[in-house]
Amino acid sequence: MGFYVLRRLLQMVPVFLGTTFLIYALVWAVPGDPFEGKCGERDCPAAYVSAMRDKFNLDDPLLVQYGKYLGNLARGDFGETSAGLAVGERIATAFPVTLRLALVALLIEAVIGITAGVVSGLRNRGFLDSLVLVSTLFLISIPVFVTGYVVQLVFGLQLGLISPTVTSPTWGNLIVPGFVLASLSMAYVARLSRASIAENRRADYVRTALAKGLPQKRVVGVHMLRNSLIPVITFLGTDLGAFLGGAIVTEGIFNVPGVGGLVYRSILTKDGAMVTGVVTVLVLVYLLMTLLVDMLYAVLDPRIRYD
Amino acid sequence: MSRARLVPAAVAVALIATGCGTPETPAGSNSDAGITIFNTEPENPLVPGNTTEVGGSRVLDALFTGLVEYRNEDAQPVNAMAESIETKDSKLFTVKIKKGWKFHDGSPVSAKSFVDAWNWTAYGPNGTQGASFFSQIEGFADVNPKDPDGPDGPEKAPAPKAEKLSGLKVVDETTFTITLSEPFAVFPVTIGYEVFAPLPEAFFKDQKAFEANPIGNGPFKFVSRTVGTDIKLTRNDDYQGDDKPKFKDLTLKVYQSRESAYADLVANNLDFMEELPPNALAGQKYETDLGDRVVQRETLNLQTIAFPLYAKPYDNAALRRAISMAINREEITQRIFEGTRKPAESWVHPLMKGYQAGQCGVYCKYDPQKAKEELAKSGYTGEILLLSNTDGGHQEWAEAVANSIKNALGVDAKFVPSTSFGEFRQKVNAHEMNGMYRAGWIADYPSIENWLTPLYRTGASSNDGLYSNPKFDAKLAEADKAPSEEQAIRLYLEAEKMLAEDMPAIPLWSQTTIAGKSNRLKVANLHPFRKLDLDSVEVA
Amino acid sequence: MTDQIAVLAPDKPRGLFGDAWHALRSRPLFWVSTSLILLVVLMAVFPSLFTAADPGLAQLSRSRQPPSSDAWFGFDNQGYDIYARVIHGARASIVVGVLATAGVVVLGSTIGILAGFYGRWLDAVVSRIADIFVGVPFVLGAIVILTTLNASGGAGPVRIVAQVVLSLVVLSWPVSMRIMRSTAIAAKQQDYVKAARALGASPRRIIFKHMLPNCVAPVLVYSTIALGAFIGVEATLSYLGIGLRQPVVSWGVMINSAKDYLRVAPHALLFPAGFLTATVLAFVMLGDAVREALDPKLR
Repeated sequence: MGFYVLRRLLQMVPVFLGTTFLIYALVWAVPGDPFEGKCGERDCPAAYVSAMRDKFNLDDPLLVQYGKYLGNLARGDFGETSAGLAVGERIATAFPVTLRLALVALLIEAVIGITAGVVSGLRNRGFLDSLVLVSTLFLISIPVFVTGYVVQLVFGLQLGLISPTVTSPTWGNLIVPGFVLASLSMAYVARLSRASIAENRRADYVRTALAKGLPQKRVVGVHMLRNSLIPVITFLGTDLGAFLGGAIVTEGIFNVPGVGGLVYRSILTKDGAMVTGVVTVLVLVYLLMTLLVDMLYAVLDPRIRYD
Repeated sequence: MSRARLVPAAVAVALIATGCGTPETPAGSNSDAGITIFNTEPENPLVPGNTTEVGGSRVLDALFTGLVEYRNEDAQPVNAMAESIETKDSKLFTVKIKKGWKFHDGSPVSAKSFVDAWNWTAYGPNGTQGASFFSQIEGFADVNPKDPDGPDGPEKAPAPKAEKLSGLKVVDETTFTITLSEPFAVFPVTIGYEVFAPLPEAFFKDQKAFEANPIGNGPFKFVSRTVGTDIKLTRNDDYQGDDKPKFKDLTLKVYQSRESAYADLVANNLDFMEELPPNALAGQKYETDLGDRVVQRETLNLQTIAFPLYAKPYDNAALRRAISMAINREEITQRIFEGTRKPAESWVHPLMKGYQAGQCGVYCKYDPQKAKEELAKSGYTGEILLLSNTDGGHQEWAEAVANSIKNALGVDAKFVPSTSFGEFRQKVNAHEMNGMYRAGWIADYPSIENWLTPLYRTGASSNDGLYSNPKFDAKLAEADKAPSEEQAIRLYLEAEKMLAEDMPAIPLWSQTTIAGKSNRLKVANLHPFRKLDLDSVEVA
Repeated sequence: MTDQIAVLAPDKPRGLFGDAWHALRSRPLFWVSTSLILLVVLMAVFPSLFTAADPGLAQLSRSRQPPSSDAWFGFDNQGYDIYARVIHGARASIVVGVLATAGVVVLGSTIGILAGFYGRWLDAVVSRIADIFVGVPFVLGAIVILTTLNASGGAGPVRIVAQVVLSLVVLSWPVSMRIMRSTAIAAKQQDYVKAARALGASPRRIIFKHMLPNCVAPVLVYSTIALGAFIGVEATLSYLGIGLRQPVVSWGVMINSAKDYLRVAPHALLFPAGFLTATVLAFVMLGDAVREALDPKLR
């Protein structure tokens, strides 16, 4: 196991370098000048532009720029935005908010998704099963921005049941955006666990357990769930990674001061340092997350051994 | 002679002082309350000379008080920190500042605070955004030399010959002089912009510390900033100015979109927002949402469409006139803007002193028949492109304008969106536009001159379409040197009239800005520069 | 091929696809979804069959008029005929979905089957490269790529569509590559591949004649679901203002321009969103049906 983890960690190095280089090149190698247009409806003074180009080493060849960036990164320095803010600090304040939102969403998705999936999987082809199937189909088909917009408009503005935006990112305030964020994946989780349960229902070990007289509850709750949830947990694990970077739309609608909004605004205002910094962190998180999921896999399923 | 021009300023100070200047607490309002207003994330360090974008300006505006400020009633300049600004030849200005003012850290505001701040901003190697505002002061070329091949080129700009503007001189503790390289009569009107604010000693000692904790001389003091969330300010109780706030704490909350801010405003979670988003204006929904919480006034911006006169077919004046006459301003302002825009018929904003309606004449009136005639004269039949960024709510009207041209002229007129303002501006600045484009203009300072010189004079800073008309330039030069304001205005108007035949840009409409306040605010007025007049706010 | 044979000669023993076809035929879900898809495809290919109105004609005087007998879906804020635009918008939405799916399947499966068959260093390199593209969150990656591509501006309709397709393919191929790779690895161990190898078949022949037909099913299932998802993603990117845009008309573009007027002209949002949802739904249902038909365990 130790050797496996080490190998995986080593494999991450080229992936990490590749991703950051790709993003760096995409963000900075845009034709034209990223600092024009920073001065409203007039030209930026030439001295301002050249000071900024110096600051971000834009006059060097791309590889040299990237090398300098990596050098700073190795020292834990994410650089500065053109507003003179430390990118590292910005990420450090925004990231916990997004993490919290992602965890709320994950919890909602796991609880509702798995419950719906298990219930419908146990009652194959009943009314409940059809209900779950149809409602998940709809959730999958409606884009997140429509869900978010409608929820904000109806519950926030017209009924006044919820605050239309997140005033402070506490756990409670993040439930509604978390719900919106989770809606799509919730449907996938429900379908995944349904399929998995339906498949395992006919498995030999279930028949054995029932035959030896174990109570139905125990068979479902312990034997079946544990075996059926392995693919679901893999999905949840990778989904957490996706939530962290993909909450752009949800965070925008509900004004959550997290990573999604930060990176979207940075892309639009061409704040290359910030975009590269955030993506670097997200890629790291994603890589660690997949490693964690794979290890969890081995823990849950004794048949899987890494060596 | 020019002193005459500053008389209204002096009178205005007197008016305001008797009006509401004394820090009396209005009956029934809570002077210890705090309010939260809309803001966007500042894109630059919080240094006056280095911020020209609106998210940072909202903060700096509350933190700093410059020599003059623009009063709320008519945007005319009134002396704020300045005791007097005098000149005899519109070239040498003597500025006396008020005594006894202090920065928030207790250090006094002196003539040197202004001169040092201006020198710092103008100095090339400091790379500030506001440097070009000082280009009229003598010695600017020495402190901020031109890069021979532009900022992208391999060559570095030559080292500046001087560190300080030769045109700025400290006379004594409270007096300094400004010498311009050319006479410029309206100069004192221009210096109310935040770029001209004074800076304390602390800034020059440790710039990083200042950026983290800005020290101003204005009605509000900096308290804290949570980047990406909000900036908190509190009332400066030692403030010497007349515009003392009638509430205590000011929080500028960062929103990612105006739509989400509007949702908060309706729910009374946000106290003020100076421009409502399109989804609130649609069908005048804001009236039912906000009721008597709507705040509106005509503000100093004018929407135009500029032509790239360097590109075919837009160098054809007949075509430009045809396009202008093919735009149904009346219908678009009613349908798309719900009547919150007023069709424009001049290049100068209607609120300007000396404004004259109908300067554009028939060319700004919708007339498909005449438009077709002009089009036939131009001999052009190809496609017409209208370019705009779409991130500021410009998509709807730009599309409507393109459709109007298409329907009226029967040519293929297309709206071509660019996704971000930066990308759009970059092309405008580089003179790479292949179609006509959106060109909004918000006055930097309230003078008729600001609507003509920077936009249409040959080689001017915002003349992005490269319009050049020697007769027009000569008229402007004559106006700049005019001995009295009345004469100057008359000459500027004559110059404006010359634009009609050439149509270097199409005036579209001026704006009535619709703002909204929460039910906690008793009074909150909108300033002509499209911002909250903090001075007016009263909390119930 | 195989399914044609199955139809012509139902008595002969059926292959995997013949079996699947047999199972599909009896499922109403399959027929509902295919007829929906056929209808949408018909709209995309021959919009003039459905409407004679010009989707590019905007008259402000009829702005936001509700549905009527003249204009079945009413008019939007600009005074465009919504019905005409929904019909004409199908093309861009479908083209993006189909091209992106085709790109992902072809690129991903080719790389995946090669990586699975040859293994060793090729597999290692390809897997790491795939990690790079999977590691970047999807929407974020698409935004970065599209803003970079958009920077040059002034693009024509073909280029705008191509950009969106390209970014979807670049960010999604690893998924189908992984699916194909794992099925290829499993297939490599099967007797039929070993037999072919023993008979001296070239690697090329083994890959294309023997492995490909046996490995394609899981990717096929993925592709039907992905097609629906891509159409939805196109709408999200248009919503963010960086996907398809003028002069291209798509459902996403229509939703984007109608979203601010949801409260005064809900029909302008409802109809394109309804068509979008129905189309995505049809593809997801088809994917469901195909998966159940192809996966004996689920039947």
